[in-house]
Amino acid sequence: MRKSVLVAFFVVLGATSQLFALNIYPLDKAQILAGAKFDFKVELDGVRSDAAVKVTVNWQNYAAVLGKSASLVEEKDEAGKSASALILRDVSLRTAGDYVVRVTDGATTKQVTWTVYSAANQPVVKNVIFLLADGLSIGHRTAARLLSKGNVEGTAAGPLAMDQMDHMGLMGTSSVDAITVDSANSMSAYMTGHKSSINAMGVYADRTPSPFDDPKVETIAELVRRTTKKSIGIISDAELEDATPAAVVAHTRRRDEKAEIVKSFLSVKPEVLLGGGSAYFLPKSTPGSKRNDNTNYVDEFRKAGYALVTTNSELTALSGSAAPDRLLGLFHPGNMDGSLDRLFLGKGTVPKYPDQPDLTTMTSVALDILSRNQEGFFLMVEAALVDKFTHPMDWERAVYDTIMFDKVIAMAQEFMKTHPDTLLVVTGDHTHSISVYGTVNDDKPGTSIRDKVGTYAAAGFPNYEDADGDGYPDTPDVSKRLAVGYGNHPDYWETFKPKMDNPFNPTIQNEKKQYVANDQYKSDDAVFIQGNLAYTEAQEVHSVDDQILSMSGPGSEKVKAYQENTALFRYIVEALGLKP
Amino acid sequence: MRGKRAPSRDSRSVLLPLLALIVLSFGVGACAEGLSFSELYKESILGLEFSAKVKSLEGHTVDVVGYMAPPLKVRGNFFVLSREPVSLCPYCNTDADWPADILVVYLKKDEIFRQPNRSIVVTGRLEVGSYTDPDTGFVSLLRLVNATYK
Repeated sequence: MRKSVLVAFFVVLGATSQLFALNIYPLDKAQILAGAKFDFKVELDGVRSDAAVKVTVNWQNYAAVLGKSASLVEEKDEAGKSASALILRDVSLRTAGDYVVRVTDGATTKQVTWTVYSAANQPVVKNVIFLLADGLSIGHRTAARLLSKGNVEGTAAGPLAMDQMDHMGLMGTSSVDAITVDSANSMSAYMTGHKSSINAMGVYADRTPSPFDDPKVETIAELVRRTTKKSIGIISDAELEDATPAAVVAHTRRRDEKAEIVKSFLSVKPEVLLGGGSAYFLPKSTPGSKRNDNTNYVDEFRKAGYALVTTNSELTALSGSAAPDRLLGLFHPGNMDGSLDRLFLGKGTVPKYPDQPDLTTMTSVALDILSRNQEGFFLMVEAALVDKFTHPMDWERAVYDTIMFDKVIAMAQEFMKTHPDTLLVVTGDHTHSISVYGTVNDDKPGTSIRDKVGTYAAAGFPNYEDADGDGYPDTPDVSKRLAVGYGNHPDYWETFKPKMDNPFNPTIQNEKKQYVANDQYKSDDAVFIQGNLAYTEAQEVHSVDDQILSMSGPGSEKVKAYQENTALFRYIVEALGLKP
Repeated sequence: MRGKRAPSRDSRSVLLPLLALIVLSFGVGACAEGLSFSELYKESILGLEFSAKVKSLEGHTVDVVGYMAPPLKVRGNFFVLSREPVSLCPYCNTDADWPADILVVYLKKDEIFRQPNRSIVVTGRLEVGSYTDPDTGFVSLLRLVNATYK
């Protein structure tokens, strides 16, 4: 009897001590750049009046610290339930230090602490070149080094450009809502210095259904645009509206809002914008458009003074002094093709779009244009297809593009010889569970394809050749190839051979909406690999394994053995000495 | 995939009525022209333009080889034919993230769909121009209607 009274007492206590303020954005432990704009939001658990709630920052009324005030507004969450929120858009904190944010109704309190830091030191660089290969992992690097440089008696016959970076460390990539991460919120961590939720960029994900009203955080491109006279360049071989290039400028809870993302590019107006994704620039009335409105963004960019190019021929005609001040390059309606198809096999969509530029050409023209600006520039170049080919487990295409990415790095390192006041960042966003584990040798004795896999001493060395010395194997289709595997995967047929006909399409969806192995690849020389993912996964997925950050140039010594991915934003703004 | 060949001149008097009977009973036009995905559009960074071949085949019966994309409904007469097997669910993302190489197929008869897991040949009448499916809202530029497949 006493026990049940005690239990009831604790249950009641539990109920009254339930937090009435559900969320405060930015979240606890946020690191905020002094002067950077952000949205402040407090979400309460029900409809409340202004008088019932007290919000303080460092024990002062919030309005005194944040510079504006607002009344509570009523909003609906995704389940349709109404509750109050306090929303202040575009506030900033000018003074470095810790900020304790408390929300109380007198009986219960929720509190978060932010750390504001200043980057208003002397700049150590004028330019930032930010190079990212989407999904870049150690397995890609090792395979690229073997394919591009070779290995003689245990020593790499030459270093990759990425091997010659000054400082290197590991980064944690986890999200606000999961240990995993996607390209949207991982790039957002670099571009804003804030963690976010999977699929979100430039915002903290809130409870309302709209993907456009979530509390924003300022991106590095917006800061550079507003605070400096530097130029901005954004390049990707995927759609420009895809997560990585989008996160340089956009604020949305949903990366799929690609039509809206084009508007963010127009609002920031980077001097150089090159990549795929023309379908989202065309008005709905044009066949091939993926927009839901009739705005013609090609026209809008032209009106804003941009020259337009759509082929490699047009792009290369613009190098050196012929380069315009503002350049929009759209080279594909969707994602561009990778180096293996564009330079060697002519597969994928190359027959339809035969004149796509290489990432090295896009970077070279961008550097010509951006380096004219005496104030300096911020350039982001993404080798997007490393990830796009790793997901369907087409490792050869992923590694050829890793080699292409390495050539872009070499170009940047060359640029730094004449422009030493440049910070070079080389990284990936998230990793994949891809690994080289031996070789596959057609001449190895044995009846089944599995017998051809050589491990330990039986692996020896692969026999890729690069007779023309361009850094790429002349063909990936050699008799002794790398054995490459994946830690996670759906059901698929492993052929142990490069996909010479077209990029690998490992699965197909059946009538029960399950992804099953694509029998197009079934043969006596293929092994059925049973999946270790849910049947709803069509492809291999990102791993949680740490990403590698490497930097060269002034300010690069800040890299630590381990840091959260958000720290990279701070290293960049401190190197630039940003004073927003 | 080739259409039926016309019979040679000397046997026409015997076979023609028989052939007419066969053709009529199948209800599908004979001599379907082959059309491949790579022949559908002219290069299209700033907008798609139907190829000359597509324009000339409008309203004609064609054979197209492709893969059945996962149908929206298991039972019905509508599915999407794609150049390559579609491994990403097209309806899971925005409907805009759909590969450019598609043809919408409206079958003669409803059926319960089973994924063939191999390429199929669809024979149907080529319809050209934008159309929004009333049930699914799916917008298509090209369609094969009154179609069958194997």
